Amino acid sequence: MNLDVNNWSLTLAMLLVMIALWIGYREKLGIDREIIIGVIRAVIQLFVVGYLLKYIFKVNNVFLTFAMLLIIIFNASWNAQKRSNGMTNALVISFVAILVSTGVTLGVLILSGAIKLIPSQVIPISGMIASNSMVAIGLSYRSMNTQFRDQRQSVLERLALGGSLRDASIGILRESIKTGMAPTIDSAKTVGIVSLPGMMSGLIFAGVDPVHAIKYQIMVTFMLLSATSLGSVIACYMAYRNFYNTRKQLKESASED
Amino acid sequence: MKAILELHDIGYQVAQNQILQNISLSVAAQDYITITGPSGSGKSTLLRIIASLLTATKGEILFKGQNIMEIDPIQYRRKVSYCFQQPTLFGRTVADNLDFPFQIRQVIPDVDKQKAALKVVGLPETYLNKRITELSGGEKQRVAMIRNIMYVPDVLLLDEVTVGLDEENKRIVNNLIEHFHTDHQVTILSITHDESEIKQASRLLTITKGRLEESK
Repeated sequence: MNLDVNNWSLTLAMLLVMIALWIGYREKLGIDREIIIGVIRAVIQLFVVGYLLKYIFKVNNVFLTFAMLLIIIFNASWNAQKRSNGMTNALVISFVAILVSTGVTLGVLILSGAIKLIPSQVIPISGMIASNSMVAIGLSYRSMNTQFRDQRQSVLERLALGGSLRDASIGILRESIKTGMAPTIDSAKTVGIVSLPGMMSGLIFAGVDPVHAIKYQIMVTFMLLSATSLGSVIACYMAYRNFYNTRKQLKESASED
Repeated sequence: MKAILELHDIGYQVAQNQILQNISLSVAAQDYITITGPSGSGKSTLLRIIASLLTATKGEILFKGQNIMEIDPIQYRRKVSYCFQQPTLFGRTVADNLDFPFQIRQVIPDVDKQKAALKVVGLPETYLNKRITELSGGEKQRVAMIRNIMYVPDVLLLDEVTVGLDEENKRIVNNLIEHFHTDHQVTILSITHDESEIKQASRLLTITKGRLEESK
């Protein structure tokens, strides 16, 4: 393997942070503190996760692997629900959506033999799936909140005509699911042309033949489409009822009781 | 005539703001009631409460003798239909709007019925495929109204549906209301300031500062 980032080269690479700090200082952006905190957090988090993964890979225990997966999924859910603008049950909804989207996608990858049920493959792949699902769900929540506010009149009219909650919300649901999936579809279109994504770049870095590396990237593209579509669909269908009360009336917001 | 709707001591309050208070009203089947009152007096709120789009904070409403809180709101709204002051049309074409009442009942849209309804409001049947962006304000209101009566409701709640319309459109809409009242025995509750419509009605109610008075 031709990978050789030693501590000394990493320290020198820190000069790159100085560039960001210098720009922040010169342009009076007031973000020096944010940059420093961000850098310190990134370094600590990555060191911790590095040692943790080393341990988990070495132990190679199924329960420990699944415990790690649950932690990843919980953290992703926690971040996704922050975008819900105080929606009731957003954490539970996000958790179910990310758990199912990650579980199904991971299951297909393992059963098809694309990856093996070993921690060094399952954990990084799950992280990728869960984080993409998290972003998709967050975007869907945001879109739903905006649309239920902007299209209030139209929703009320559908209700007044005797439409069910689903009849009244179906346009918003479709748009929110599409919004959640849009970045993945866009990146699927431009992969290889605009960006050489992380998975493929990592393998090429590690000395793998690019023709072999792209096969993994194709797998990643497929799995992210599955994860974001499942995540968005589940989250949207579980969340839209929050915009209505028990009398099937439109509330002012999804966070209202 | 037996009461189709009965309002008992209805009140509606948002935070400290009392919007409606002590409203009691008995509406007989086939009544044609117009409601007037200054803006901000609570007229629309009252109609939305009757339509079950809002829930009164006090009192109860009976529909055919049954408390509306015991009726599924979706089924209830199909019988007590509310028309908005400035309606929003859905989708792309007029057909998208007239299909909606069928879709929510899981029924294939009856194109003949749609064409006949368009004719009643003076619109040619070719309008089914017309884009909603190409309709005038009066045409939009007419399409919105027939959307409410594709399946004839028991009660039609009209929230200033003729406001902002020219005389010709007002006449067409008023004729449509009269047609449904006399020919289909639909009970009408209509917020209006239009003198010709008030004359058409059997009862006139006035709401002032959230209180109701009968004046005809």
